Amino acid sequence: MIFEAILLTIITASTPLVIASLGELVTERAGVLNLGVEGMMIMGAVGAFAVAQMTGSPYIGVIAGIVSGAVFSLLFGFLTLTLVANQVATGLALTILGLGASGMLGESFVGIPGIKLPAIAIPLLSDIPFIGPILFKQDIAFYLSIALVLGINWFLFRTRAGLKLRAIGDSHGSAHALGINVIRTRYLAVMFGGACAGLAGAQLSLIYTPQWVENMSAGRGWIALALVVFASWRPWRVLIGGYLFGAVGIAQLHAQIIGQEFGIAIPAQFLSMLPYVATVVVLVLISQNRRTTLINTPASLGKPFVPDR
Amino acid sequence: MKKLLLSFAASAAVLVGAAVTAEAADKTKVCFIYVGSRTDGGWTQAHELGRQELEKALGDKIETPFLENVPEGPDAERAIERMARSGCSLVFTTSFGFMDATLKVAQKFPKVKFEHATGYKTAENVSTYNSRFYEGRFINGQIAGAISKKGVGGYIASFPIPEVVAGINAFVTGARTVNPDFKLKVVWANTWFDPGKEADAAKALIDQGVDILTQHTDTTAPMQVAAERGIQAFGQASDMIKAGPKTQLSAIVDTWGPYYIKRTNALLDGTWKSEQSFDGLKDGILTMAPYTNMPDDVKAKAEATEAKIKSGEIAPFTGPLNKQDGTPWLKAGEKADDGTILGMNFYVEGVEDKLPQ
Repeated sequence: MIFEAILLTIITASTPLVIASLGELVTERAGVLNLGVEGMMIMGAVGAFAVAQMTGSPYIGVIAGIVSGAVFSLLFGFLTLTLVANQVATGLALTILGLGASGMLGESFVGIPGIKLPAIAIPLLSDIPFIGPILFKQDIAFYLSIALVLGINWFLFRTRAGLKLRAIGDSHGSAHALGINVIRTRYLAVMFGGACAGLAGAQLSLIYTPQWVENMSAGRGWIALALVVFASWRPWRVLIGGYLFGAVGIAQLHAQIIGQEFGIAIPAQFLSMLPYVATVVVLVLISQNRRTTLINTPASLGKPFVPDR
Repeated sequence: MKKLLLSFAASAAVLVGAAVTAEAADKTKVCFIYVGSRTDGGWTQAHELGRQELEKALGDKIETPFLENVPEGPDAERAIERMARSGCSLVFTTSFGFMDATLKVAQKFPKVKFEHATGYKTAENVSTYNSRFYEGRFINGQIAGAISKKGVGGYIASFPIPEVVAGINAFVTGARTVNPDFKLKVVWANTWFDPGKEADAAKALIDQGVDILTQHTDTTAPMQVAAERGIQAFGQASDMIKAGPKTQLSAIVDTWGPYYIKRTNALLDGTWKSEQSFDGLKDGILTMAPYTNMPDDVKAKAEATEAKIKSGEIAPFTGPLNKQDGTPWLKAGEKADDGTILGMNFYVEGVEDKLPQ
């Protein structure tokens, strides 16, 4: 019983990380480094909450969250792809702008109780003991996160379009010479990343904690960014990394309480440090193998591209 | 382009939330530094309401610029210094973490007066002000002791500073006046503000069997989780009844307005001097949200306790009280002095946590 409850909490905490991280993975695979995940996520959160309030439908809210993130990412796309601005600086600016703008847009929604997105039980499967209620009685964001992992994995490594996208990320000059439209593909990849970040934001304001408060993403966008590197740009590893991070974060809360029961004093500061320590350890282990790291890292990541040069 | 954008980003960071109004030479400036956003629904919003009350009361003589979302740390010093430089006569710095920054800037601007919330360091031109939050938490504890069937409460704590520790102790002491076996489980979220993490902490406590919840973090997320899981909870800093109409028992509400008016008046008539203010329920700096969702007898008792604290008949930390390990702290009838409360660094009996040092 308690184990089931803990697993449900872990899923809710990990889902936004996985979704936002998957979007950024596609963006980076196309060779664009967008550090604005936090900003796009919070825009998604405020957009989703506002529209859900105005229409009364959390599902329209989710769509609004996705659209908010995608539209906001277009600003980044225009600055870095069309105007060839520095991607790192623009991404940081996008985060700062998103945090400020969302606060302003959401001011009238503070303190209003949110509409929670209901769970959808999948017939038959949700009746399986233990696994059923955990995996098949979930909200739409969880189902979408799993679909995204499968879909992105298939797209990147099994389709022609995915191959082109990876080619652009590895060497935009060669891809351009082959006649692939680098800028258009990158625009689409940036918007996909924005849409995913927006969906993650919608999960925050409609499922995780159904409310709107300023800065409610609280750094999750940055964790999602780190997860992409952690996963060495592989979708499945994003899923594993996201859940590892989420699980350690929830486990440390329970460890505090259980420790109290047995009179064991584990410093809370140490416990809340654990998810980050786990991330560092895994990163070190992964980077042991230089070859696979190099193969997966998009070689043109963050480099500006001007088509007619 | 890169440089341009970087400077854009930097100036945006400073400008976010800055609302320094144009200078009007004849009006005295009373300035505020906020750690969060003024619509956070909790701590900073309470200070903002206080500022608005001040503006309403003395708006013809003063103006009240503020800076919000000022992070604790090196940035705080810059923000406070900017305020001092812009001609403020009195600056309220409203978070514990602004303590050292406030003192540093105060040294550079000896003519400007500063007031730092919840700190303990003063200077010739630096006062501190604090609220006896623990009085409200004692009443909450009494309610919890009466309502909780299992006799196990959950407490979402932020950081192990004296104010939070005193809150935990007051809550469990209050609960034990009703149910001597009451136990309190504590989870440190290590944040003041992160709805997701606060909700996770609330879920963890409920999963581990607590049937009443209270928080010392700033968002309404724990209240929402309590509502969803069907247990009852207390709000913090602001009335959180909207997040849990059937869930909130009461809330401790910060009402800084009267203090801000009092101190600004002192500044205007030249009687301002450095002091350490520590007001509570009786001074109106702390109020209780309506007692809701509880039986009438529990409500009556809570109201009676509130009246007795106001009249000074009882004090939350009155002996006999033992420390967590069972060693005596206060003898029967003995009351804790303010110094001990302001620097509280130990638990009383009934807290199951080990205090992080």
